[in-house]
Amino acid sequence: MRAHRVGEHAVLVECAGTDEVQDTYALLAARREELGAVEVVPAARTVLLDGLADPGLVAARLAAWTAPPAPAAVSARVEVPVRYDGADLEEVAGQWQVGVEEVVAIHTGTEFTVAFCGFAPGFAYCTGLPVDRAVRRRASPRTAVPAGSVALAGEYTGVYPTSSPGGWQLLGRTELELWRADAEQPALLVPGTRVRFRAL
Amino acid sequence: MRSDRVLEVLDAGALSTIQDLGRPGFAHLGVPRSGAVDQPALRLANRLVGNPEEAAALETTATGLRLRFGHAGALAVTGARSAVRVGGRAVGWGTAVAAAAGAEVEVGPATDGLRSYVAVAGGIAVPAVLGSRATDLLSGLGPSPLRAGDVLPVGPAVAEPSGSEAVPRERGSELGLWLGPRQDWLTPAALARLGAASYEVEPASNRIGVRLRGPVLERARDEELPSEPMVLGAVQVPPSGQPVVFLADHPTTGGYPVVGVVREADLPVCAQARPGDRLSFRILG
Repeated sequence: MRAHRVGEHAVLVECAGTDEVQDTYALLAARREELGAVEVVPAARTVLLDGLADPGLVAARLAAWTAPPAPAAVSARVEVPVRYDGADLEEVAGQWQVGVEEVVAIHTGTEFTVAFCGFAPGFAYCTGLPVDRAVRRRASPRTAVPAGSVALAGEYTGVYPTSSPGGWQLLGRTELELWRADAEQPALLVPGTRVRFRAL
Repeated sequence: MRSDRVLEVLDAGALSTIQDLGRPGFAHLGVPRSGAVDQPALRLANRLVGNPEEAAALETTATGLRLRFGHAGALAVTGARSAVRVGGRAVGWGTAVAAAAGAEVEVGPATDGLRSYVAVAGGIAVPAVLGSRATDLLSGLGPSPLRAGDVLPVGPAVAEPSGSEAVPRERGSELGLWLGPRQDWLTPAALARLGAASYEVEPASNRIGVRLRGPVLERARDEELPSEPMVLGAVQVPPSGQPVVFLADHPTTGGYPVVGVVREADLPVCAQARPGDRLSFRILG
């Protein structure tokens, strides 16, 4: 793996794409303690190890590592029931040049994977849609998107765990609780989770 | 007179929050680290009153605050310099001082720096969220910012106050900068400018980041950077070309290139920078 030092406590591992991020994250998260990292954080094309005592040493060690394909058996599967009545269904249908029913069919027919979290606690960036289904964000973000909103932006599908401002295109809503700060596992959708959306 | 182990907030000032060393370890779930922006100052305040360094204390912003002790206890104020009064009497800054039950404590406006830390013996004992009592203003995790009338529980004191060890140091205005990971997103001229220019701290700075205004840093690449994980002290360059230094409540991922990371020892300079102050970067490598 190719790792750069970032400041005094971190290294950033570069990946060729989403799949490689997944494999790299699975490997590094499993070996977090051995590497002496406090955080292992995946993102779109990179994985960060933070809280390292000697990032130079870790970067040198990682140069000799290759991430094998992440074992599918270890990833959790979550089904998200969705009421597809979002305010931007027509907009997405327009961008995809299909009907609204087909938007729902495409979305429910795709197996997604949580690539990474960010933006807000428990907000999962799910990949799985083909590249030609990338969606432009709204020109001006909404000041409040309700919790549970299922939305699209770029190559990602996300579910807003709490109400927040947001510029993603809204497909619908789920009642599923995505974030509970006092739970043993506070986020329902963690990196690596396989996700299916089901129409109600 | 009540003698519960509590602090009553009489006046929270412009912004006062509860802070400890934050909640590292959850960034992969999108949870910011949060915690005291000036960590050495928080640790010092805690040591002075006999607390473990990671205990929760109060972080003020520019204007100070007023409190009333429900019990007889000890406190220490560190970080930004300010006039401290207990029961109307001027007492020391950067040292442990006693407060009688019912005594009013006034931490005045910061006279040098921006954020003062007020530790009390026993620590602030509000419930922890994900292992921390810190207020995170980005995600909303942890207790809300303090308001007048709040009554904060105080834990049992575990050790005697250790008196004084505070040596006020010159904070300086230079930030050591480790380049990378995306320094190649700036033109060579912009990179040279970053290491030579002086930047003014914008009023929009907060616990998330210090926003700087100065010579525009031109980018060498126009495309969008796929979201990357962010670290404390990251210097991000948005399309405006005006750098932002990420502090405790920074987002866990971001889509603008990080051209360098501020040296850990210089983070307190960022924490204490006031709007209008001038900062510069010294490129370390």
